[in-house]
Amino acid sequence: MASSEVARQLQNDNCRPLSLSGHVGFDSLPDQLVNKSINQGFCFNILCIGETGIGKSTLIDTLFNTSFDDRVSTHFQPNVRLRAQTYELQESNVRLKLTIVNTVGFGDQINKEDSYQPIVDYIDAQFEAYLQEELKIKRSLYNYHDTRIHVCLYFISPTGHSLKTLDLLTMKNLDSKVNIIPVIAKADTISKTELQKFKIKLMSELVSNGVQIYQFPTDDETISKINATMNGHLPFAVVGSMEEMKVGNKMVKARQYPWGIVQVENENHCDFVKLREMLICTNMEDLREQTHARHYELYRRCKLEEMGFRDTGPENKPVSLQETYEAKRHEFFGELQRKEEEMRQMFVQRVKEKEAILKEAERELQAKFEHLKRLHQEERMKLEEKRKLLEDDMIAFNKRKAATELLQAQAFASTPSVSLKKDKDRKK
Amino acid sequence: MFKGSADNKIEAAMSELVPEPRQKPAVPMKPVGINSNLLGYIGIDTIIEQMRKKTMKTGFDFNIMVVGQSGLGKSTLVNTLFKSQVSRKSSGWNREEKIPKTVEIKAIGHVIEEGGVKMKLTVIDTPGFGDQINNENCWEPIEKYINEQYEKFLKEEVNIARKKRIPDTRVHCCLYFISPTGHSLRPLDLEFMKHLSKVVNIIPVIAKADTMTLEEKTEFKQRVRKELEVNGIEFYPQKEFDEDLEDKTENDKIRQESMPFAVVGSDKEYQVNGKRILGRKTPWGVIEVENLNHCEFALLRDFVIRTHLQDLKEVTHNIHYETYRAKRLNDNGGLPPVTTETEENHESNL
Repeated sequence: MASSEVARQLQNDNCRPLSLSGHVGFDSLPDQLVNKSINQGFCFNILCIGETGIGKSTLIDTLFNTSFDDRVSTHFQPNVRLRAQTYELQESNVRLKLTIVNTVGFGDQINKEDSYQPIVDYIDAQFEAYLQEELKIKRSLYNYHDTRIHVCLYFISPTGHSLKTLDLLTMKNLDSKVNIIPVIAKADTISKTELQKFKIKLMSELVSNGVQIYQFPTDDETISKINATMNGHLPFAVVGSMEEMKVGNKMVKARQYPWGIVQVENENHCDFVKLREMLICTNMEDLREQTHARHYELYRRCKLEEMGFRDTGPENKPVSLQETYEAKRHEFFGELQRKEEEMRQMFVQRVKEKEAILKEAERELQAKFEHLKRLHQEERMKLEEKRKLLEDDMIAFNKRKAATELLQAQAFASTPSVSLKKDKDRKK
Repeated sequence: MFKGSADNKIEAAMSELVPEPRQKPAVPMKPVGINSNLLGYIGIDTIIEQMRKKTMKTGFDFNIMVVGQSGLGKSTLVNTLFKSQVSRKSSGWNREEKIPKTVEIKAIGHVIEEGGVKMKLTVIDTPGFGDQINNENCWEPIEKYINEQYEKFLKEEVNIARKKRIPDTRVHCCLYFISPTGHSLRPLDLEFMKHLSKVVNIIPVIAKADTMTLEEKTEFKQRVRKELEVNGIEFYPQKEFDEDLEDKTENDKIRQESMPFAVVGSDKEYQVNGKRILGRKTPWGVIEVENLNHCEFALLRDFVIRTHLQDLKEVTHNIHYETYRAKRLNDNGGLPPVTTETEENHESNL
């Protein structure tokens, strides 16, 4: 093995190399590690971005040789959404948890300004979830279901001319967050010569706009040559199909046209085999590592710096963990106290207001009461007067009655018989 | 490249629609799809090769600590384990040299390579352990050292700009040497193991096992095992970390029958039956180090190096380090909130 990281690090640490006089047995260490990983299983997450109907689902089905999802999306989505589905695949003794995230409605809207934003938000959300788990006090990273996107397959329309503005914009926003592998979809609509020109045009556009797509790693000698060649074939022009036709004496996956049959796994017809080789057989582990070591670290660094953490203090002295936490804690408690004060003030204020209102109401009631009382008094006095009048009347009447009776009695005594008759008449 | 025709059943997998991201990009739950057998070969299993290549390139770290009273054969054993002069043996105390007043910690690093695998091996020696008259708290410097390594790792891990590969100086394995008295464990042994079994993987080893006959050996081992159990000392492999039935049965067998390993170390070779083997020559015969009838060195070597090396590292990283980290962050008042939800989370953890 050529100079590995260990050797370099060791020279720095002044460790002397030692020779072994017999077989110790730690060369089984990679096997032990691999066995552990096999027991745990692997995770791989693919994000497919492309316009509706460009063949994303079909390509994924063809790549993994299974029919994942039958649903066909409509073109009338109001905005871009992402749909994530997880599957468990098994091959010999390797268990793979594969998550496919599809963009639904990409490129269908009339105003596409915000199309890329949901995608960026989704990718950030996965990083955020991992960061949260990593920052927890009681964490369990070794059986954490990793949902970070490891690779993004960007589907380019086979127009034959150049990249669309939407493509450029989206890729530019994603290249620092995820490994992008651009593919030309529905490559059976372009002829060989047009395809060459198209590929060159695409790559030059990407380079001139500063979009960093994923480069297959060339530092390992065993795969560097093949990776370098593949780098020259980017973007891959692919055709996807799950239908099988008989060609020669074999059943192959193909698309049948009146003018011939396009075979998916024929390297002369399209680059599907190259894509599968690169994506799965050679570089899956590297994709995962790049996601963790480069994109996730970048996200983490930005997020923590945003929160105010620094590695070095104002005079460039390293700030210890404790100081930062104490400072943050102080800040937080200060904030808490301020909020508490505010709330208390508000409470007191409200109470005062309520009291004022209640007092006002009380006063009003009092006034009303007084008023009613007065009225009552007046009524009473009036009544009293009336009663007195009535009583006076009654007395007067009684007097007159007494006087009249007296007169009558005298008249009766002087003329008894006539009066009697008259009386009788009168009495009748 | 079609491997037989397997059934190709896919039942509907749960799908998760991410709601309007502007308000709050939700993390999709973990919907697990249904197992699908594949028709044809895809190449997913090449990931094993990829992973193996990657790990071989980055190399491995392994840190082993040896603890025991002087003269028990620690350095010799380490040399025998790794088949090279890893530790220089102390040539015995001269009367002029002072006996160290406290336990010293000496860490020496070496790079060894075998079969394309490069390993940085660090042997941490603890001269002076148990050698003073008053041995109270002589495990403290050792515990301090172990915690210091965890602290170093933690500091690196919480940096904003992190190194790609954090140098791992944490102690992965601690071999504790028990004196072959034939009776039982000493109070010092029990105290040490009680304190340290919670922070590091301890593998108890009976040193100089050639002083005991076979029956004495079995009896002694049984008694030691009993005492460890009675005192609640969990040595490696700990029962609580057995992951599945296979591990459990395998580890149970080791725990109840073979451990603690009764070993003999030697770095001298002798001629026996026409072969050169490592051994100790005595008037009554040659004790072969790698002969399972003579001592259990081969078992220890296979256990530590050939089967459980990776597991030792993982238990250290996933369990002991995490325990230290959780304790440290809790004492510190915990991490400041990333979002308010984390704050609530961590408050409920306290």
